[in-house]
Amino acid sequence: MALLSKKDANLILDPLADNNPITIQVLGICSALAITAELKASVVMAISVLFVMGVGNVVISLLRNVIPSKIRIIVQLIVVATLVIIVDQVLKAFAYELSKTLSVFVGLIITNCIIMGRFEAFALGNGIRRSFLDGIGNALGYGVILIIVGFFRELLGSGTLFGIPVLGDPIAKTGLYSIGYENNGFMIIPPAALIVVGIIIWVQRSRNRALIEEA
Amino acid sequence: MGLKEKMHEIKLKYQGKKMAPAFNAFHTFLFTPNETTHSGSHLRAVDDLKRTMNTVILALVPCLLFGIFNAGYQHYSAINGFPENFSLFEHFINWENFILGATTVLPLVVVSYGVGLLVEFIFAVIKGHEVEEGYLVTGMLVPLIVPIDTPLWMLAVAVVFGVVIGKEVFGGTGMNILNPALTIRAFLFFAYPTWMSGDKVWVHDAVERAGTADAISGETILGYLAQGNNTEMYAKYDLSEMFFGFIPGSVGETSTLLILLGGLFLIFTKIASWRIMLSAVLGSLAMGLIFNMVVDFGWIPEYSKFYGLMSFDFWQHLIVGGLAFGIVYMATDPVTGSQTNKGKWIYGFLIGFISVMIRVFNPGYPEGVFLAILLMNVFAPTIDHYVIRGNVRRRMKRMKNATILPDTVDGAGAELKAETV
Repeated sequence: MALLSKKDANLILDPLADNNPITIQVLGICSALAITAELKASVVMAISVLFVMGVGNVVISLLRNVIPSKIRIIVQLIVVATLVIIVDQVLKAFAYELSKTLSVFVGLIITNCIIMGRFEAFALGNGIRRSFLDGIGNALGYGVILIIVGFFRELLGSGTLFGIPVLGDPIAKTGLYSIGYENNGFMIIPPAALIVVGIIIWVQRSRNRALIEEA
Repeated sequence: MGLKEKMHEIKLKYQGKKMAPAFNAFHTFLFTPNETTHSGSHLRAVDDLKRTMNTVILALVPCLLFGIFNAGYQHYSAINGFPENFSLFEHFINWENFILGATTVLPLVVVSYGVGLLVEFIFAVIKGHEVEEGYLVTGMLVPLIVPIDTPLWMLAVAVVFGVVIGKEVFGGTGMNILNPALTIRAFLFFAYPTWMSGDKVWVHDAVERAGTADAISGETILGYLAQGNNTEMYAKYDLSEMFFGFIPGSVGETSTLLILLGGLFLIFTKIASWRIMLSAVLGSLAMGLIFNMVVDFGWIPEYSKFYGLMSFDFWQHLIVGGLAFGIVYMATDPVTGSQTNKGKWIYGFLIGFISVMIRVFNPGYPEGVFLAILLMNVFAPTIDHYVIRGNVRRRMKRMKNATILPDTVDGAGAELKAETV
């Protein structure tokens, strides 16, 4: 880590584990529930948020001294909306099928609490470099959870990863399916994501007991 | 030295060790421990948690036995046709039915108990607490509320899910929000719907034979009604068959008679709340009556897909499907149900009411008892909260309005005041 000082490195590493936006701050849950039925969608969502947060944090940080504080929320919304529209258009141009599955949820990145939260809490008060690192870190923390949840939900729910069958063919009964295995339909529906996220929180807190809040 | 003393000695030897809870569970299951209370009040009642659980299991045994025979009866009748002049001992209680039923039902029981207790033991050892008895009843309920042909590995997965997510994450027995047995059933239902609904899963072998020349059907009564085939249903089953339970359904839930007896047993041993049972029955009758009235007034056309279930006589809802079983054995769960007496009336009534409502309006699957009970499980603490607040408010009001008499020398005024509050 010669590139970054320890303090800067923590901006990226903290949100990955001990200050994760989803499992610790419990932000951005809605999209984590909605789009994680497939790994591919999770990855695309993670990358989109990475882009929006990295660039958005830089823009807000650049503007931080000229934004009147009364209308800062509106300015933030405009920045994030612009970035989201860019993502949406890119997806429509290069991954049309996927943009249909993600549909409204790309647009809803605008309301993702993590993004507005980081703009408010960090980018408005910090320099460009640190804001960028913070944005990347939080987006990665969000993305990691999304990908873990997406991995388990797609594997157990559909028996595929990135749409490629890994457990055999459920119709021709090959692989695991030949011995009576069946896909778990529960994993396809959004409540399953809530439970998978819950299990991740459980595992994380039992490994690091300092995270458990006082009752 | 007898086994009892030996076990006491082993217990002392391994006290505080990691596996001690696992051993203690067996020990206290077999014998009363030789410990005595060291301090505080010494009050001993015989109805400890184990006794409570065993009483419920006792009440479930008739359902289990009936389920075993019924599994065989439904299977052979579906193949050979239903007997013309049904005789209980000739057609129902015979070795053929028993052997087939035992070989299909007992594995469910074994898997349910084996997996569930294993999870409980693991958690007890990790957390270092004693193994709680909570799973004894759940383990018996689970095989009775699933279809006969549920693959064993699915049951095992569901049991792990139900015990861990439904119970252990909340802190184990007595802390759970949802009834674990119903959590297991709900998981099975949402995860593997093809094995939990339809007209093939309720009779042994029907899934295997589907699509072949030997295909057999095992449509449940509610299944017929959901498709509007009321006349066909009545041609196949009559009311006494529904009441006595010679109908396809989940393993142990078909016989309303035995459930009724089990319920009375639980009421007389004061294990289960009669308030919940009675109010749930009333609730389902009320909803059934409303639906019947809708039909009587002609507000719903006959071609409507709800017509079959809506026109079903309101009281007959109680003798088909899992309603009776759910009311007697699941709704009355003392942990997940309401605790206050008034709360129990509301809780029970809504269970019955919503069960029949879901039954009629559920587009995918004509049964809703487990969903209704799980929903009310979630609301039970809220109901209790408002019942208690209401009580507090009423008494506060009474205190405010109480006539305050001047304090007399002998304190009679103060006494009177205390009485009115």
